Amino acid sequence: MSPEVSSPIVLVPEPAGDPREVLVGRGLRFSYGPDPVLDGVDLAVRAGEFVALVGPNGSGKSTLLAILLGLRSPAGGTVELFGHAPQQLTERWRVGYVPQRAPILEHLPATLWEVVASGCLARTGWARRLGKQDRIAVDHALESVALGHKAQARLGEVSGGEHQRALIARAMVNGPDLLVLDEPSAGIDAESQRRFRDSLVHMVEDHRTAVLLVSHELGAVAADLGRVVVLQRGRILYDGPPEHLGDGRVSLGIHRHDLPVWLEGLG
Amino acid sequence: MTLPLPWPFERQYMQLALAAGLVVGACAPLIGTFLVQKRLSLMGDGIGHVAFAGVAAGLLAGTSPLWTAFAVALAGAVAVEWLRLDRRASGDLALAVLFYSGIAGGVVLSGLAGSLNAGVLSYLFGSILTVSPADVTAIAGLGLLVVAAVAWLWRAMFTVILDEDAARVAGLPVVPISLGLAALTAVTVVAAMRVVGVLLVAALMVLPVGAAQRVARSFRATLGWASALGSVAVVAGLVLARRFALAPGATIVLVAAGLFVATASFTAVWGRSHRAAPLGPPPP
Repeated sequence: MSPEVSSPIVLVPEPAGDPREVLVGRGLRFSYGPDPVLDGVDLAVRAGEFVALVGPNGSGKSTLLAILLGLRSPAGGTVELFGHAPQQLTERWRVGYVPQRAPILEHLPATLWEVVASGCLARTGWARRLGKQDRIAVDHALESVALGHKAQARLGEVSGGEHQRALIARAMVNGPDLLVLDEPSAGIDAESQRRFRDSLVHMVEDHRTAVLLVSHELGAVAADLGRVVVLQRGRILYDGPPEHLGDGRVSLGIHRHDLPVWLEGLG
Repeated sequence: MTLPLPWPFERQYMQLALAAGLVVGACAPLIGTFLVQKRLSLMGDGIGHVAFAGVAAGLLAGTSPLWTAFAVALAGAVAVEWLRLDRRASGDLALAVLFYSGIAGGVVLSGLAGSLNAGVLSYLFGSILTVSPADVTAIAGLGLLVVAAVAWLWRAMFTVILDEDAARVAGLPVVPISLGLAALTAVTVVAAMRVVGVLLVAALMVLPVGAAQRVARSFRATLGWASALGSVAVVAGLVLARRFALAPGATIVLVAAGLFVATASFTAVWGRSHRAAPLGPPPP
């Protein structure tokens, strides 16, 4: 790492208490042992923003995401999801989540429709039957990722890309205000990546959904991002528009069109 | 009361066996469907072993073994799920702890009771032909509980199986749901132990599911098929046991295994000859 990037470079400072902020993490710290995994991370995502969180393997991306979603408790710092601590958020449908490396349950006897319908429980509650509106929402979510014709296909009968798109449809089924995706396009085909990109842009532009995307492969969405946040060794290395990543002010030694390549270089 | 049913169910003891068997044959695969998908196929076996300790405790104390087995199995089921969820032990290690503690505890308690007598053996290997009307009532009550819980909770349990983290983000109470499934497993084991015995109880929870998931397209249909195939195994097993004077519990399990092999073979052949076409009817 070159000396000039040893301190965080934040080009878009977040005003405190911005009402458009849907997700805020302040001073987040976490460690599994003596070495910190997260060392004072500040991150805010506002309505309608399309943010990519990138960094080499082991940089703390997944841990940060787990803390932001309330799956883990930080050793220090605070998180607010729609103004509440994650565990106290009652309007769960406002968050759509596609987990990393969602297990490919090829042998699970379930249709894509059933998988997407499982997302409805965040809105209906876990013990209620699905209503007509829920069924329409499931059909719509499947159509939006171009899987309407495969609604009754079994998980084991579809490609990895289609499987992943079904999980994205599940995250989108309640029309969330915040969509969090952890490595959603890893290992999926080009056609699925293109449809995935179209779905995200539609959510951001037409529904003002905030999107936080953690990925190594930004190729399909690189031109649509509003912000890139670079995490390295548990610290924010860069937080700003993608076009400044490659200019003279940020000496990462990379070019914005080579995002996957420079990510390797950061390790 | 004896109903006017044809052979082999013309006798009262066969009618009681049929009633108890049908309840268990229909209910055990319902819970088994969730266990199989969670890669916890042996959970029923582990809890069966713990239930054996409960049976021995009941015989030692001179109370109903059914209910002592229920209490001990419930405690064991919750303990193993807690060990797994809390990541204090891997799933298979937690089950191994349950397995061996249960069977060893049962043997020790049986020893204290005097010896491994016929009472203990009827729970180890099943004794469906000796179920009493009171047994049938208890088994039917437990079965009703299982059916009602699955009808109410299947979608939540399915969501947890798909991905526990995503279920947590969606606000589902993942720990209570997982503990609830473990408790329902205990209920099912206790209901089934008079039918096939604690040593074979897991077979009725798993084998019909293995067959069902090869023919059903959706998760919901898998629940229905598994339940139906479990019931078929019970009826066919009882008929064969009566006709050839076989051990009924083990015969039921062998029929269930036969159904699994038959569906696996059929779908393998069908899959080869219809590689391009999906199984089952076209979507509505």
